[in-house]
Amino acid sequence: MLLTSSLADASRLQFALTAMYHWLFVPLTLGLGILIAIFETKYYRSGDESWKKLTRFWSRIFAINFACGVATGIILEFEFGTNWSNYSWFVGDIFGAPLAIEGIFAFFLESTFFAVMYFGWDKVSKGFHLLSTWLTAIGANLSAYWILTANGWMQNPVGVEFNPLTARNEMVDFWSIVFSPTTLSKFSHSVMSGFLVAAIVVIAISCWYLKKQRNREFSLRSIKYATVFGLIAIFALMATGHTSAVTVARTQPMKLAAMEGLYRGENGTPFVGFAVLNPKKTFDNDEKPYLFNISVPKALSFMVDFDFNTFVPGISDIIEGGYTYKDANGVEKKALSFQEKVDRGNMARRALSLYAQYKDDQDTVKRNEILSQAKVYLDDNFEYFGYGFLKSPEESIPNVPVTFYSFRIMVMLGGYFILFLIVCWWLTKKKILEKKKWFIFFAILSVPLVYICAEAGWVVAEVGRQPWTIQDLLPIGASVSGVSSSNVWTTFIIFAVLFTTLLIAELKIAFNQIKKGPDGIKWN
Amino acid sequence: MTTYHFLQLYWWAIVSILGAALVFLMFVQGGQTLLWGVAKTEDEKKLLLGVLGHKWELTFTTLVTFGGAAFASFPLFYSTSFGGAYWLWIIILLSFVIQSFSYEFRSKEKNLLGKKTYELFLLLNGIVGTILIGVAVATFISGGNYAMDKMNLTVPSSNIVSYWTNNYRGLELIFKPFNLLLGVVVFLAARTLGLLYVYNQTSRMEGDAASDIASRCQSKLKITGVGFVLFFVAFVVCMFLQTGYRVDVSSALFNGVDGPLNAEPYAYLHNMLSYPWIAAIFLIGVVLVLSGLFRSIIKGKSAFYVTGLGVFLAVAALLLCIGWGDLAYFHSLNDIQSSLTLYNSSSSLYTLKTMAWVSLAVPFVILYIGYVWKKMTAK
Repeated sequence: MLLTSSLADASRLQFALTAMYHWLFVPLTLGLGILIAIFETKYYRSGDESWKKLTRFWSRIFAINFACGVATGIILEFEFGTNWSNYSWFVGDIFGAPLAIEGIFAFFLESTFFAVMYFGWDKVSKGFHLLSTWLTAIGANLSAYWILTANGWMQNPVGVEFNPLTARNEMVDFWSIVFSPTTLSKFSHSVMSGFLVAAIVVIAISCWYLKKQRNREFSLRSIKYATVFGLIAIFALMATGHTSAVTVARTQPMKLAAMEGLYRGENGTPFVGFAVLNPKKTFDNDEKPYLFNISVPKALSFMVDFDFNTFVPGISDIIEGGYTYKDANGVEKKALSFQEKVDRGNMARRALSLYAQYKDDQDTVKRNEILSQAKVYLDDNFEYFGYGFLKSPEESIPNVPVTFYSFRIMVMLGGYFILFLIVCWWLTKKKILEKKKWFIFFAILSVPLVYICAEAGWVVAEVGRQPWTIQDLLPIGASVSGVSSSNVWTTFIIFAVLFTTLLIAELKIAFNQIKKGPDGIKWN
Repeated sequence: MTTYHFLQLYWWAIVSILGAALVFLMFVQGGQTLLWGVAKTEDEKKLLLGVLGHKWELTFTTLVTFGGAAFASFPLFYSTSFGGAYWLWIIILLSFVIQSFSYEFRSKEKNLLGKKTYELFLLLNGIVGTILIGVAVATFISGGNYAMDKMNLTVPSSNIVSYWTNNYRGLELIFKPFNLLLGVVVFLAARTLGLLYVYNQTSRMEGDAASDIASRCQSKLKITGVGFVLFFVAFVVCMFLQTGYRVDVSSALFNGVDGPLNAEPYAYLHNMLSYPWIAAIFLIGVVLVLSGLFRSIIKGKSAFYVTGLGVFLAVAALLLCIGWGDLAYFHSLNDIQSSLTLYNSSSSLYTLKTMAWVSLAVPFVILYIGYVWKKMTAK
């Protein structure tokens, strides 16, 4: 059975569709859950019914959104099996564990206590209800931790060894996977982006009420708390964004080069603030990389290594090799060229073939000799195993314009949100927010912008690491299932129609609930 | 027995328990089928969905955890069955996806598709979801059209480790009488439990809507409950008559991964008899189901928990019987020696050990679920 590129493309597109729809719903769940828990804590302590109203209204928005996150989430989990069956075997020994732990520890917590949070107002005590709300919020964030452990491991595959007998990677150090720097920075960055989304959505809806001159107290109180929450999130996002960049520089230099549109590095590489990429530029021609650019000298070197003179390799450098770099453990090494990596990847695959051929040989002496030699070759070259599947250097380069512009969209919108939240905080402090019509306009405009920002972040992370499903070990083309591309295109269309319908329905329902407002909703 | 094989058996037991819990919790799906024929007016439908509405997330989460546990402990099954029987699993998934938002969206104004559509989604989930889960589980016994070779990864032109050998991609599994029989059994089990649960809840409530639903549940239970028992007996007889494929551990190759597989008529019956305590669990399950149905149909009493426990025990015992005893739990119809066994499809010793520690949290999870269930279900 031949793998065609359209099968890999269709599988990728389907996964991207599901993941992007999933990430439209999940961030709000992550952040709003915590905000609701804070509101309910205020209610529990003060007994003030207006806090209860606040809690219940935002819980309603939470519930509508939650259902959609669940719907898209289940597809994501099972798609690893249906569309990425080779991947599921090659790394299932590592990847399955976080998914199972997510189910056992987080999903049950979230779904069990969500039922109490939403339906249990008249059935349980105030204290137990508050506990349930906190556990729902914690469960949602805990679930993010485990799935991001899985994702972080794909980008930085630590704590494993390849077993030639079973032709797969096997876990040897659970804790190094759970606490890998990639996972920690991914989790903190993703969760904080969820908090930011929730803060902006709460501020925007509340501002809309102020514009309509209704629910004033409710809105001002919501804005006050959401602003502080959002400010904490945005500053944490800046810090975790930095640690993410440092990790990417060490473990995924090609992604960093694509994020910067950088083809030739230097000692003291500038950071590109904004640029228009030259569409004619390829890794092997002498065209200028940018048609126009505004850069900060030496800033990229400093950002990734706290040293203004550190060499940051560009795309062409990575293809050609020859420069020295620090690996994930900080050890200095000489970079191999693309072709050398391919040769070593092929050597690893040939060693595995040899292993497969002789592992059941009846001649014990011959078998042991060949297997021990094959194991040595395999171990020496396995870190480039995935390159054995690639044919040309172009295949090892992610889509530069998509990665580059998505990164800029994310960073620029991040800057906008810092400004927005500081202004919001100041206007709230001065008690003049409701008089500022222009601010209310920007608040409502910020909702689509914050979702674009959150999605752009994931586009950078996922498009930027192409062609790898497992960094350097397994490319997209060797990860897919043996289904025909027409089957995958069919399910892609089904999912696209279903998710789009779901999104429209969710928005219509949510807008209607918002329009009714905290006083107009009949509580169950 | 090696520690590794002990953990493989342990994890098959965990997967079996999750599978049995899923079948029990599909009373929610069974309850959804009562939207037609039992709940007739809008008030009755609201009441019905209200009593089921607290529980659907639990069933859903169990399905997701079942998938996660299968992935973590037997990744080759995840890869082979999901990637091979593509359409079977996609339809199952779709039937659950349309459920997940229907509870929340149905009752809301301006919900785009209208109440009837969301009710149809819940009905589809109740019928298609349950039947196809039964079909998928039946393939543990009836097998699938796949080929598997882990070393395919070294072949540049065809590096798929396991692939389906026909173009129906699992659709053909739905039309196999044996698979469909289990599908019908799971559907009837879910509907029976759904009727019992809804009766259990509504018979304690006041008002015309509740009493109308309760009395209709009671009358529907006679046919559904008896049908469930008859189809279940038919399935068990068919299962025990099936040929299974047992690993010849004594002829295992030097590498110790697994040995050749040999056909064995009545393998599942032999397996059940060779584990008397599994047979005992199975029989206790059957007795509880029968006594539960007797109590509710003949004496008119509420017997949801007894019958549910019976279903749970019987299903867990059958699943244990499928994977334990060195039987292939998902055999290849294309090449018997490619079949999946606990030996060749499990995760590594290290992963199974790590996950075994994780599984110690399961009783704690069950405890808090039980506590919340009691709080939310009590009057």
